[in-house]
Amino acid sequence: MAQIVGAIATSHIPAIGKAIAENKQNDPYWKPFFDGYGPALSWLKQAKPDVVVMIYNDHGLNFFLDKMPTFAVGAAAQYRSEDEGWGLPVLNSFPGDAALSWHLIEHLVADEFDITSCQDMAVDHGFAVPMNLLFPNAGGQWPVKTIPVSINTVQHPLPTPLRCWKLGRAIGRAIESYPKDLRVVVFGTGGLSHQLDGTRAGFINKKFDLYCLDTIVRDPEALTKLSVMDLVREAGAQGVEFLNWITMRGALLGQVSKIHSNYHIPISNTAGATLVLENRTEAQSQAA
Amino acid sequence: MQHHDIPGTIVYDGAEAQKGYALNAMCYSFNSAANRDEFKRDEDAYCTKYGLNDEQRAAIRERNVLKLLAAGGNVYYLAKFAGILNLNVQDLGAQQTGMSVEAFKEKLAAAGR
Ligand SMILES: [Fe+2]
Repeated sequence: MAQIVGAIATSHIPAIGKAIAENKQNDPYWKPFFDGYGPALSWLKQAKPDVVVMIYNDHGLNFFLDKMPTFAVGAAAQYRSEDEGWGLPVLNSFPGDAALSWHLIEHLVADEFDITSCQDMAVDHGFAVPMNLLFPNAGGQWPVKTIPVSINTVQHPLPTPLRCWKLGRAIGRAIESYPKDLRVVVFGTGGLSHQLDGTRAGFINKKFDLYCLDTIVRDPEALTKLSVMDLVREAGAQGVEFLNWITMRGALLGQVSKIHSNYHIPISNTAGATLVLENRTEAQSQAA
Repeated sequence: MQHHDIPGTIVYDGAEAQKGYALNAMCYSFNSAANRDEFKRDEDAYCTKYGLNDEQRAAIRERNVLKLLAAGGNVYYLAKFAGILNLNVQDLGAQQTGMSVEAFKEKLAAAGR
């Protein structure tokens, strides 16, 4: 059976992609941020995932306001990286696993999540920057297959934290009912607090972020009591991307322990953060 | 706009998305280099092609972020317009808050202390 072995949450700020392209990892501005990825890379190396389920949001590359799905799941053999209009390098396409995608889609719809399936999908920095950060030596030969799960964080009404948590639970159940022996890691991308627009632009809330980083590990259901407006107020208009993290956490159905976290202000206009979680199912705990 | 009490913050909802549709459609087209070039060659003609209203055209002409937002622009699509102008999100933040870019960057750094 497929197993979710853990999860990694990470910011996906476009400037990170630029810094990687320009090899600025040791630059004084960037070092405290990139240093946070060492333990994530070591963990990922021993986790040996076959598949990454990428929970992210599109920022106006694949989806426009003409059709804005609340939840969309990729079902393609590959996903294109494309020009987003501001000079980030276009990366090699990301391999998909269409059979697992359709399994996920079947299970989510049976579980009453009316998602949009996408056989043709370009993925933007919300997907590509985490891949670039966490597979730095891939040289464009991505070592995992990917399943994009895109959550609308662009146009309100957004799904509630509770709904995202439940979606995560359903993703976890679906993946773990897949008959192939695959090791799966879930990524949740974006955040933490930031606001790009309005006269409150530049808003960052360290106190709330640290609360989220801690609570998502030990008491994630407490986060489902937040409303979308609570997130806008406390995390900023674009800090609502924390919904991706909540969904990711929901997908971990076993015993969850924190392997590593990092938090650094500022990266671009954002509080940059990383969190690595291990997920042990009952069978694994008994075997250990 | 949904009722909320968060100062200086836009909740980008259906009313905004309806108002800003043409402006955002134009900015969405800037994902393509050919479209960016076409815009640069004749901004006015390009705005006409996408059916921008007078308020939206003026905001584009003035490169004024708060006016672009007031005309229904969504920050994620507007970011592609900013890309044409070679402005990053600190430049946009500085303009919206009436600060110098240096002061805006300092405000971001201060949030970490
Ligand atoms: Fe984002």
